[in-house]
Amino acid sequence: MTSAAHSTLAELGKLRGIRRRRSGNGPAGEPSGILTRYPFLFVVLLLSSFPVYWTFTIASQTNEAVGQTPPPFLPGGNFFANALRVFDNIDFAKALVNSVIVAGAITVSTLAFCSLAGFAFAKLRFRGRNALLLVVIATMMCPVQLGVIPLYIEMQTLGWAQHLIAVIAPTAVSAFGVVFMRQYTVQVVPDELLEAGRMDGCTSWGLYWHVVLPALRPAMAVLGLLTFMQAWNDFMWPVIVLSPHNPTVQVALATLAAGKYMDYTLVLAGTALATLPVLVVFAVFGRRIIGGIMEGAVKG
Amino acid sequence: MTVSARRDSTAVAHLRPELRPNRASAFVRLFRWADRGVSPYVYIAPFFVLFIGFGLFPILYTAYVSLTNRDLLSPGIEAYTGLANYRELIGDDYFWNSVKNTFLLMVMCSVPQLVFALIVAHLLTASIRLRTMFRMGVLLPNVTSIVAVTLVFGQIFSRDFGIINWALGLFGVDHIAWQAGDWTSRSAIATMVVWRWTGYNALIYLGAMLAIPKEQFEAAAMDGAGTWRQLWHVTLPALRPTIAFTALISLIGQMQLFAEPLLFDASPGSVTGGSARQFQTMTLFMYEESFRLGHLGYGAAVSWVLVIITFVLAAIGYLITRRYTGDGGV
Repeated sequence: MTSAAHSTLAELGKLRGIRRRRSGNGPAGEPSGILTRYPFLFVVLLLSSFPVYWTFTIASQTNEAVGQTPPPFLPGGNFFANALRVFDNIDFAKALVNSVIVAGAITVSTLAFCSLAGFAFAKLRFRGRNALLLVVIATMMCPVQLGVIPLYIEMQTLGWAQHLIAVIAPTAVSAFGVVFMRQYTVQVVPDELLEAGRMDGCTSWGLYWHVVLPALRPAMAVLGLLTFMQAWNDFMWPVIVLSPHNPTVQVALATLAAGKYMDYTLVLAGTALATLPVLVVFAVFGRRIIGGIMEGAVKG
Repeated sequence: MTVSARRDSTAVAHLRPELRPNRASAFVRLFRWADRGVSPYVYIAPFFVLFIGFGLFPILYTAYVSLTNRDLLSPGIEAYTGLANYRELIGDDYFWNSVKNTFLLMVMCSVPQLVFALIVAHLLTASIRLRTMFRMGVLLPNVTSIVAVTLVFGQIFSRDFGIINWALGLFGVDHIAWQAGDWTSRSAIATMVVWRWTGYNALIYLGAMLAIPKEQFEAAAMDGAGTWRQLWHVTLPALRPTIAFTALISLIGQMQLFAEPLLFDASPGSVTGGSARQFQTMTLFMYEESFRLGHLGYGAAVSWVLVIITFVLAAIGYLITRRYTGDGGV
């Protein structure tokens, strides 16, 4: 790495430090206002976390216990038994592996392609740049899900129907990601830095790799997390194009529920297993996602 | 491409000024031209190739498929039928039923969601303790999948084992079969959507609220406005563009309600949205026609109607946002 790239990194570190320090202000809070907020806030917290709590509560009970009045409000000790039944009923292991492959591949390709395109739109001059950027922004509004019928025909023609590639390819890059990456590049990478890189003989790829990519890391973390969770949770297209024999977890859950609708402990044990990975991701990286949403970066 | 391009960049980078030739050779000039003139297009190409192939083309091709009688199970024998699908659609009660349900659910999902989001955001603006915990708490619903949400709410709303009916029973209300009624089933679905999206919108509002200059609140406080009146007189006017934007996104999102009505159905595997189609949305109707009954041409006509409605909504939203902000918004 050239010395220019090193100074670049130091420079960016400072910039990022400055950006991070946007403290929250909000309404001029008189003490009484603050006092009344806590009860409300705890109610909100209770309501928003209850269904998740309930998933795990039911998932760890027996069906007899769930059928009682009043229902059990605390988790029981039956989670592993129910989870084993999930694996007995459907090929849940395969579904989990498939979802890891799908969500992983989509995340990696989205990060790579969006950061590249974002960099090009932010910092490179080329004919038609503004018009093309407008096209990208316009496609953010484009409800791609509505093209599922031709997309299905297309996948059949390509021989991809029922294969994971049919789920990966259409979402391997996102307009939102491109716009987000462009915006962030504009904000954190000063033009002078790139000029300096050019003077040192960096190609545009060199600038991307040594200067822009390191600077984009925080934004890429946010984009990566959102993309992963979205891909993990996606349902409509996978349920159309994949068969129950080669499903993602969400498709497998639908199969599980369709077969045994009243077997709540079984269905919700599967749901709990499918939700666990995103909950872990959220617990570890949640703050970053919240920062991304609040900065208005995350739309749609 | 990665490796070679990287090698090139380091190769050139190694040519420190003192080693560089005074006049670039033809090769170097060609290389530089390729680097400056062509590489930007290479960088943006993946997006456009994938979008055109799997986004734009399918949507446009939908228009064509909707003019044929293409069938899922017997591909290759479709014929051009002109506007026959659309004529049939106009006379199809099931279609109009799904249109009605979609728009009802749109209102039932969007309005409470955005109102609650504003209130929650306002509660979160104070410099409270446990700030991160509260923020993560309100976003938690949004990271759970729609399938998971629908399945757990299916249990919560179940007639015999659900806690909603149990709680209502404490007040002497008889068990309600939520899935069976018109309004009960739609309310239950709206509850799921509202639950999943309120916190997300609240955080968007919160970000916008924190960007309002503090002096405005202080001035209002000086004039004796309490925290809720500050919300009404200071925060809301400043948030108008953000509200317009989130409303638009929410409405467009509701156009695509699919998993909830599919999985909430009391009879497993049914795609009719309740025994009397009381909560079948347009997207679910499209799915039923094309992938259950095999009428791809007819389903495509439904899709195309959805596309048009979505674009009309987006255009209205764009105009409103533009009016409030003076530019393109977004």
